[in-house]
Amino acid sequence: MILITAPLAAIGSTTLSALALIGRMGIFVGQILSHLVRPPFYVREFGQALVQIGWLSLPVVGLTALFTGGALALQIYAGGSRFNAEAVVPSIVAIGMVRELGPVLGGLMVAGRVAAAIAAEIGTMKVTEQIDALTTLSTNPMKYLTVPRVLAATLSLPILVLVGDVIGIYGGFLVGTSRLGFNPVTYMENTVDFLEVWDVTSGLVKGAVFGFIVATMGCYHGMNSGKGAQGVGRATTNAVVSASILILAANYLLTGVFFST
Amino acid sequence: MIALTDVHKSFGSKQVLRGVDLSVARGESLVIIGGSGTGKSVLLKCILGLVRHDAGTITLEGQDVTEGDRDAFLARFGMLFQGGALFDSLTVWQNVAFRLLRGSLKRPKAEAREIAIEKLRRVGLTPDVADLYPAELSGGMQKRVGLARAIAAEPDVIFFDEPTTGLDPIMAGVINALIREIVVEMGATAMTITHDMSSVRAIADRVAMIHDGVVKWEGPVAEMDSAPNPYLRQFISGSAEGPIEAVR
Ligand SMILES: Nc1ncnc2c1ncn2[C@@H]1O[C@H](COP(=O)(O)OP(=O)(O)OP(=O)(O)O)[C@@H](O)[C@H]1O
Ligand SMILES: [Mg+2]
Repeated sequence: MILITAPLAAIGSTTLSALALIGRMGIFVGQILSHLVRPPFYVREFGQALVQIGWLSLPVVGLTALFTGGALALQIYAGGSRFNAEAVVPSIVAIGMVRELGPVLGGLMVAGRVAAAIAAEIGTMKVTEQIDALTTLSTNPMKYLTVPRVLAATLSLPILVLVGDVIGIYGGFLVGTSRLGFNPVTYMENTVDFLEVWDVTSGLVKGAVFGFIVATMGCYHGMNSGKGAQGVGRATTNAVVSASILILAANYLLTGVFFST
Repeated sequence: MIALTDVHKSFGSKQVLRGVDLSVARGESLVIIGGSGTGKSVLLKCILGLVRHDAGTITLEGQDVTEGDRDAFLARFGMLFQGGALFDSLTVWQNVAFRLLRGSLKRPKAEAREIAIEKLRRVGLTPDVADLYPAELSGGMQKRVGLARAIAAEPDVIFFDEPTTGLDPIMAGVINALIREIVVEMGATAMTITHDMSSVRAIADRVAMIHDGVVKWEGPVAEMDSAPNPYLRQFISGSAEGPIEAVR
């Protein structure tokens, strides 16, 4: 009997805890949204979060985009030459960057950098009673810690994605003109001519969603961090893993919504 | 002013508070003593609502602490945490003046800084620590910054969780005198947790001893030394023999 019930019980309890987790995250997101529109607003903390999340992520996102754009040009050239279609390199590099690789790789890199940093910071605050201290000093931790970070990430990721798009296309341009024998002027013309506004804006919308995911996961896991250094370590890992998976899942869903005609 | 009736709290299967009854009058200084891990810090956190008690009632001036306006409630309290709990992303003076820099008590930055430096002086710290970060201070200095932060906004009710642990005897004396002064001068109500019997004698109007999740003895500090309660006797004498098991 136990041989039959044990696996069932395991499935049941896993399902229940997964549902409970989704419920708790849902409540957390609801709280963030409700605090977003109610004063007080912590402008200074928001400014600091913008610098931490947006400005300091520029090098990471820029380098990622540069190398990705370059590699993309090489790949498409190699693949395209099988159909004598090397000329598509500029436009495919551009479309691939702005629609897909810019937002996704930018989001993933920021997830590694920012979700980890947020979870570690808030988790440490939690285990050293700083969160409790905030409460006793009449400051709501959700408002003071979470909202500025989520807002900053949601607003700055589209900008990071845009910068990444430009640098990525430039990476393709560099490789295309120096190694693949493209004419610089034709390369730029081909890039611009085939790129539509929606290609770019859809990528920026993705960026905003990914930014929201990254900061929310960082804050959620930090706020629910376990005790001690180990608890903070686990919170950090969980923040990065869950942010990355949610970004990839959200990317699939958004791509389906935006481009399935 | 604060009254606890039959307060229970468990963490999982571990029962920490098993029916605490305790009251503190306005302007009174109550000191809570008891062995390590008996739930003294948890008790203070229950009153502040940082930890939700499972059963029983806690009231502040007759009003249940779990109901009513939480912001107005918390604005009346100051708390020194056992570990200091200083914000490590802010400088010392910004920690002390935290309440004065935002929210309903907000005032100009220069004025807030001045008050912070004055409070630092009262806990025996010089103005040159004001611009350091908490990580750059010694443990005892961090504790005193925490103390300065707890009293900065001149709250009605102040909780001190082990204010003198980690301090040298002279500084401990200064802090004891300061706590006494705050109660007498500002008319604040204080609840202090301490293991230091000389602090108890310096700070307390009344003493409560917690053991096994309940208050085993409670009374004026003057009666503490003559009370026959075996738990209290053992605690004061620091003996391993008695009703309190010393696990080795
Ligand atoms: N958040 C928590 N989760 C689980 N258990 C907890 C939590 N907080 C406290 N406890 C447990 O409650 C008990 C009482 O803790 P508390 O910190 O109140 O002790 P204390 O009386 O202040 O001791 P000390 O004098 O050493 O500071 C401890 O056994 C502790 O393990
Ligand atoms: Mg304690």
